[in-house]
Amino acid sequence: MCATPLLEVRNLAIDFGRGENATHAVKGISFTIADGETVAVVGESGSGKSVTALSLTRLLPTPPARYVGGEILFNGRNTLTLSGDELRPMRGKQIAYIFQEPGTSLNPVFTIEFQIAEAIRLHRPEVKDVRGEVVRALDLVGIRDPEKRLGDYPHQLSGGMQQRVMIAMALACHPKLLVADEPTTALDVTIQKQIMDLLRELKGRLGMSIMLITHNFGIVADIADRVVVMFRGHIVEEGKTADVLRNPQHPYTRALIDCVPRLGQKQRRLKAIDHAEIEALLKP
Amino acid sequence: MTSNLFRQILQRPTGVLCAALLAVLYLIAIFAAVISPYAPSDQNLAKTYHPPTGLVWHDGRLCVRVYKLVDPTEALYRAEPDRLAPVHFWAKSAPYKLWGFIPMEHRLFGVDSAERIYLLGSDSTGRDVFSRLLYGSQVSLSIGLIGIFITTVIGVTVGGLSGYFGGPLDNVTMRLTELLMAVPDLYLIIALRAALSAYFDSGQIFLLIVGILSFIGWSGTARVIRGLTLSLRNRPFIHAAEALGQTPFVILWKHLFPNLLGYLIVTSTLSIPGYILGEAALSFLGIGIQEPSTSWGLMLSQAQDMKVFMLNFWWLLTPGLAIFVTVILFNALGDVLRDIVDPKLKTQV
Amino acid sequence: MKTYIFKRLLTMIPMLLGVTFLVFLLMSLSPGDFLTPIKAQRDISAEYIRQLEAEFGLNRPWYVQYFLWLKNLLHLDFGYSWTYKIPVVQLLAQRAPCTLLLSITSLIFSWAVAIPLGVLAAVYKGSIFDKISAFLAYTTLSVPGFFLALVAVYFAARTGWFPTGGLTSIDHDYLSFPERILDYAHHLFLPTLILGIGGIAGLMRIMRTSTLDVIHADYVMTARAKGLGERAILFRHVLRNAINPLVTTLGFAFSGLLSGALLVENVMNYPGLGQLVYQAFLRKDQFVVLGAVVLGSVMLIVGNLLADLLLAWTDPRIRYDK
Ligand SMILES: Nc1ncnc2c1ncn2[C@@H]1O[C@H](COP(=O)(O)OP(=O)(O)OP(=O)(O)O)[C@@H](O)[C@H]1O
Ligand SMILES: [Mg+2]
Repeated sequence: MCATPLLEVRNLAIDFGRGENATHAVKGISFTIADGETVAVVGESGSGKSVTALSLTRLLPTPPARYVGGEILFNGRNTLTLSGDELRPMRGKQIAYIFQEPGTSLNPVFTIEFQIAEAIRLHRPEVKDVRGEVVRALDLVGIRDPEKRLGDYPHQLSGGMQQRVMIAMALACHPKLLVADEPTTALDVTIQKQIMDLLRELKGRLGMSIMLITHNFGIVADIADRVVVMFRGHIVEEGKTADVLRNPQHPYTRALIDCVPRLGQKQRRLKAIDHAEIEALLKP
Repeated sequence: MTSNLFRQILQRPTGVLCAALLAVLYLIAIFAAVISPYAPSDQNLAKTYHPPTGLVWHDGRLCVRVYKLVDPTEALYRAEPDRLAPVHFWAKSAPYKLWGFIPMEHRLFGVDSAERIYLLGSDSTGRDVFSRLLYGSQVSLSIGLIGIFITTVIGVTVGGLSGYFGGPLDNVTMRLTELLMAVPDLYLIIALRAALSAYFDSGQIFLLIVGILSFIGWSGTARVIRGLTLSLRNRPFIHAAEALGQTPFVILWKHLFPNLLGYLIVTSTLSIPGYILGEAALSFLGIGIQEPSTSWGLMLSQAQDMKVFMLNFWWLLTPGLAIFVTVILFNALGDVLRDIVDPKLKTQV
Repeated sequence: MKTYIFKRLLTMIPMLLGVTFLVFLLMSLSPGDFLTPIKAQRDISAEYIRQLEAEFGLNRPWYVQYFLWLKNLLHLDFGYSWTYKIPVVQLLAQRAPCTLLLSITSLIFSWAVAIPLGVLAAVYKGSIFDKISAFLAYTTLSVPGFFLALVAVYFAARTGWFPTGGLTSIDHDYLSFPERILDYAHHLFLPTLILGIGGIAGLMRIMRTSTLDVIHADYVMTARAKGLGERAILFRHVLRNAINPLVTTLGFAFSGLLSGALLVENVMNYPGLGQLVYQAFLRKDQFVVLGAVVLGSVMLIVGNLLADLLLAWTDPRIRYDK
């Protein structure tokens, strides 16, 4: 971590709503992602992972969301202060997203060719053969006979295939950073493994950075270089994957690691964690 | 349920406003004969297309101006500067019967019989538009209520039974409703009107109109009720009732109907405007309420005369305003009810 | 899809049989028969009347008459109009296209107004614009269509900007082609406006709700994350989904449109099917009434079919062929 990192988040704070009823979803977090690095963000439901991810390109609807403080430096530029016109070319081109529910994240009334081509036409106007590029993107994510799939609508594909299409769409414009927000939670266990294998392979091939959001420490061990652990809008621990897994400093991290599901089991939400105890630890 | 609903209406400003205004309208309709200064068929051929008479306060009493016909070809009237006719309250009038059986000899207000009070002008035969408007309200305000009553009874019975029993009965009734819906409403009305008018004289036309409009309307209700019944059909409480040996009619009445009541109240209120507009349209076309009876639609058909527009007899268009106000009140009340009964219905109804 | 259309067309047959039967039954309920009006006319010989009676089986029970009428219908013989003195088919062929034209133009008009208004009302939910448009929608819902038509005729007569009736000017036949089109447009403008206004309110409401349903969908976030501009998101990704409920209502819309057209045609003196059926009713020209009602139903049923097909086209998730 000697050169400037690709992404640097400093003291980011995000609220929902105003005044007394405001929820502080993210309470001043800082982390970095270097070029080509894979960082896993782990934490229970509601800990602020998705909010953090979406805020990178200011995708949260404001209102109700409000950026109360901090900065997000991407290649040295603060995305929180960019105008909409400056921001839009970054979305999809520099930072691309994959979401949790491939079934609802693809537009049901457009063919997958259209949806991928839309991104290519937007960010890579120099491409002449858009269709060929779409085929290449589908091929990249391991969809067989991509030409035959072009005219398909999302509902004609299985969940795993839909997620592959989402990945193809995200990668079609060669982003520097891929944000994958729980890309496998909605999928069957066997498909989960395929998708994670695909992501690992693509990471090796394309050399982009990945911000991987997950509940699952099993996945983290597989793919991440570093781990960021979030709890109720705070980052409670951060470090090299191997270090954190082998020697977790924070009790919350320890509890999370204990919850790693065994093979074949469905992912389990983290109920066993004693919040009061951890909350007490957070107080300065 | 119903009293609770009523309380909830009163908790919303729009609800109170609509309910209060509608109550006033209904009171006016009920006492139309007393409030209106003239009978609806009371002509005065010397005062056709008379403009609304001006009201003035003179010598401590309310008076109307007296007008003189200046130009008969253009029906141009001018107020005579120093002639006034005092307005009498609880004025003596020609005998009439309130609600068809109470003999009366007074009306709420009136002027000496030599003059005329035309609050909203007079029509082509010198009849008082204001009085006719009041009498006409009886048609518009009752037709919706009677109409939805008939429609609901038929719709619930047919839809409920066919949803409950399914099978051939369901098949037949559903095909029948599809058939009725396959003919554009007004075309069907005209065909029905052609078929049935011979059996009704002009006094019974009101019944014919209600009958026709309900005949058209029940199919929609029946289909929805059938759907709702189908979805309720397999709930445990119905099975329990069946196990207790209750007859289908009892089950429909005691268990299904209360569950559909909320929906029915909302859709009924929202479909009242359809009846009001339907009757107005028919009467306007001349195939609804017939002279010498009166209805808002019928009054408007008079306004079709080019003369009315060219000479600016705007008061002949007031029935249009009356229809508008009534319909908007029912629509707004229906919306309030929908919000109360089921906010989610918003997209469906 | 083809088999679906074929099946739908097949189900039209019993439906139309039902409609014709219903209407015929109604007509036969009314006293007198189809020939009553001409029997009163002196210039028609008793011989001819007898011939007609035989042709339509008027001396036989009504169900026999019905089958005779149906048989004639198969050769597109709808009978003869006593008031217009031409075969009913010719009358229908003249009038039906006019009604169809008016219905389509008003449909386009109301959609063209309702869609953007509904979308904007959803986007600016709770704003002044939203409230004003909701209020206007309310108002238009509550004005009787024929009353608006009446006012429109008045407007046309007063200003002279529009013709007060008809579909063509007197000199229409002498006009060049583009002038003829303009002439049609000039005559269609007010009827279209009046007939269309009634539909706007309901459509707008549906559009607003469905836009609100869609505007927070996941795929909208995906589109935004792709870097699309707000306009492309709204008018491509949101609109194409939000419009489906609107397409569903198209089936019902035809019914209201044909009925509405009947009123507008009569008030504004527009030579359509509705005016025909009404005047035929007044003159007891029964074959015309029968024919027009049947044709109106055919238009309605076909309209419903088209609406269903359109829905399958706009929403790829709907497939009828399974
Ligand atoms: N649109 C919103 N309005 C109000 N509060 C919100 C909204 N979106 C998120 N929040 C708040 O932000 C907090 C963090 O939410 P976030 O979606 O980031 O959690 P998460 O860590 O991604 O959880 P999950 O694992 O369930 O996806 C939540 O507690 C929630 O209360
Ligand atoms: Mg999340």
